[in-house]
Amino acid sequence: MSYVLLRHRDIPDINTLNVYKKNGGFEAFKKVVTKMKPGEVTDTVKASGLRGRGGAGFPTGVKWSFIDNKIWPHYVVANADESEPGTFKDREIMESNPFQFLEGVAIASYAVGANAAYVYLRGEFWQVAKFLDEKIAEMEEAGYLGEKLFGTDYSLHIYTHLGAGAYICGEETAMLESIEGKRGMPRIRPPFPAVYGLYGKPTVVNNVETLTNLPMILANGADWYKNMGTPDSAGVKVFSLSGRIRKPGNYELPFGTTFRQLIYEHGGGVLDGRPVKAIMPAGASSSFIVADEKVLDMQMDYATVRTLGADLGSASVIVIDDTVSIDWIINKTIHFFKHESCGKCTPCREGTYWMMHLIEDIRDDKHSTANVDLLLNVARQMQNKCLCPLGEFSTMAVVTGIERFPQDFKESNKQVLTEPA
Amino acid sequence: MSLAKKYPKEVKQILAKYPPEHKRSAVMPLLYLAQREGGYITKEAMQDIADTLEISVTDVGAVVGFYTLYHDKKEGKYRMQVCTDLPCALRGADQFMETLCANLGIKVGETTPDGLITLEAVTCLAACDKAPMFQIQSAEGIEYHEDMTVDKTMELIETLKKANVEVK
Ligand SMILES: Cc1cc2nc3c(=O)[nH]c(=O)nc-3n(C[C@H](O)[C@H](O)[C@H](O)COP(=O)(O)O)c2cc1C
Ligand code: SF4
Ligand code: FES
Repeated sequence: MSYVLLRHRDIPDINTLNVYKKNGGFEAFKKVVTKMKPGEVTDTVKASGLRGRGGAGFPTGVKWSFIDNKIWPHYVVANADESEPGTFKDREIMESNPFQFLEGVAIASYAVGANAAYVYLRGEFWQVAKFLDEKIAEMEEAGYLGEKLFGTDYSLHIYTHLGAGAYICGEETAMLESIEGKRGMPRIRPPFPAVYGLYGKPTVVNNVETLTNLPMILANGADWYKNMGTPDSAGVKVFSLSGRIRKPGNYELPFGTTFRQLIYEHGGGVLDGRPVKAIMPAGASSSFIVADEKVLDMQMDYATVRTLGADLGSASVIVIDDTVSIDWIINKTIHFFKHESCGKCTPCREGTYWMMHLIEDIRDDKHSTANVDLLLNVARQMQNKCLCPLGEFSTMAVVTGIERFPQDFKESNKQVLTEPA
Repeated sequence: MSLAKKYPKEVKQILAKYPPEHKRSAVMPLLYLAQREGGYITKEAMQDIADTLEISVTDVGAVVGFYTLYHDKKEGKYRMQVCTDLPCALRGADQFMETLCANLGIKVGETTPDGLITLEAVTCLAACDKAPMFQIQSAEGIEYHEDMTVDKTMELIETLKKANVEVK
């Protein structure tokens, strides 16, 4: 099967305008602008079953249909913040197949009536932003961006905006604040961005991978897309595979591919041939999945992963083998969230601070039941009390780690719990 | 000298990205521009940006303080930011960092005596399949170095050292 998103692996030099054009590039955008009404584009995307790839899996066309048509102008923001530990797919897409991504931004913009779109990249993607700026300039020169496109009244400009090192800016309302030149702290919702977004105007925020699907969906039709994947999770997904795996990397596969296929067929199996102990399917924000032979044969789609007590999220699959102790893992995730908490609300700010001290105590030879119970208690108390999902994310690995791997938190076991080599 | 005088073309380009009534949006790109001088942002630069955007210097300072890639103090010429986050650590990033510290004779957060390298531990840089890895932040921007070994890193540091002596 040929690639839908990582098409640079099939087509060399697709990052040049000419090669992209020769392979059908910009035809979908031209078609929608010259032949389709914005509502028809939204309907096609709805019918395709495309769901957001940034983590929440919200149906893309449905999100677009919430945009408030009584307030203008409208904006589109492409979420290229990609900061969830274990996620590195958007970077490959932008670096290697940039025009398909930008065409996706353009199609989304037309569908919601935006004449300006911003690509928000994490600050570390400094070189990627420079590269995209060049590609945007080439598109302007070739008449794919700018005023009165394809002889119609539709105009569109795309701009890049660099963040500066803050995971929270991946949260869409924090991102909007950041573009507005403020600290990246989440807004209280509602109102949602579709009504009150960038500069207080209706705004659609979509992930890079979500947007990169659009040119192919509009070119080949909703049914073509829907026929891939599973009924609940249509299409293909780029799985970022990392951790204790022989061949870490991005794998574009249809939803419904099993964990076993990803880990063994594509990823070459676990380092040193060890068994899989746990899987974190959504980066550091994951709940742990306890791996066994049955679980390995489960399908990776939104609904099935939920039956395992976890979420597929951005499908950043971190593989953990039996040489790694779960208390060591959550020490890492807690430090991450402590560092990235924006400090706006008390449960998250204080909770991540306490969790950090408790896990450090536990790791400092004090695997006492009291400490472990207290840690679990703090994490549970934070749940449902935080202003944005980051606070909640910080508790997922803690709660499920202690509940599902209690032996890794017992003093008697600690000598066999080594750090990975 | 003000940014507008020193980089007239860049400042104009940056301001053109945002609606004129929302020019505050330009604060982040202007801060990057200011950071080109010596790799950190001075009080004067913050005031200059505040004046350009018609916001208070406190607002500019809050942005500098919030985001980890802005610096208000001079450190090493090159900030070597090693990812020690979970996926990289599962592939040996902690040991890589330890050996690097030993070789350079400094701890995480410290700067080599010649003022060349500041060693920092950072969270995921979206390169988890290419661990160990780090980025180097300097006045010129940010550069990724992936699939690294300690030997390769020490070679790179030697090259940076030589280049530094030459410009001096
Ligand atoms: C703390 C936090 C971090 C997030 N980071 C990202 C990110 O790096 N990239 C992303 O696309 N979405 C991220 N999201 C999700 C966005 O808020 C938003 O739902 C998404 O960009 C919507 O796009 P989609 O519908 O195409 O998935 C994050 C959410 C939270 C709460
Ligand atoms: S939950 Fe955490 S990250 Fe989210 S707003 Fe509150 S303090 Fe900030
Ligand atoms: S964990 Fe190091 S780059 Fe992702």
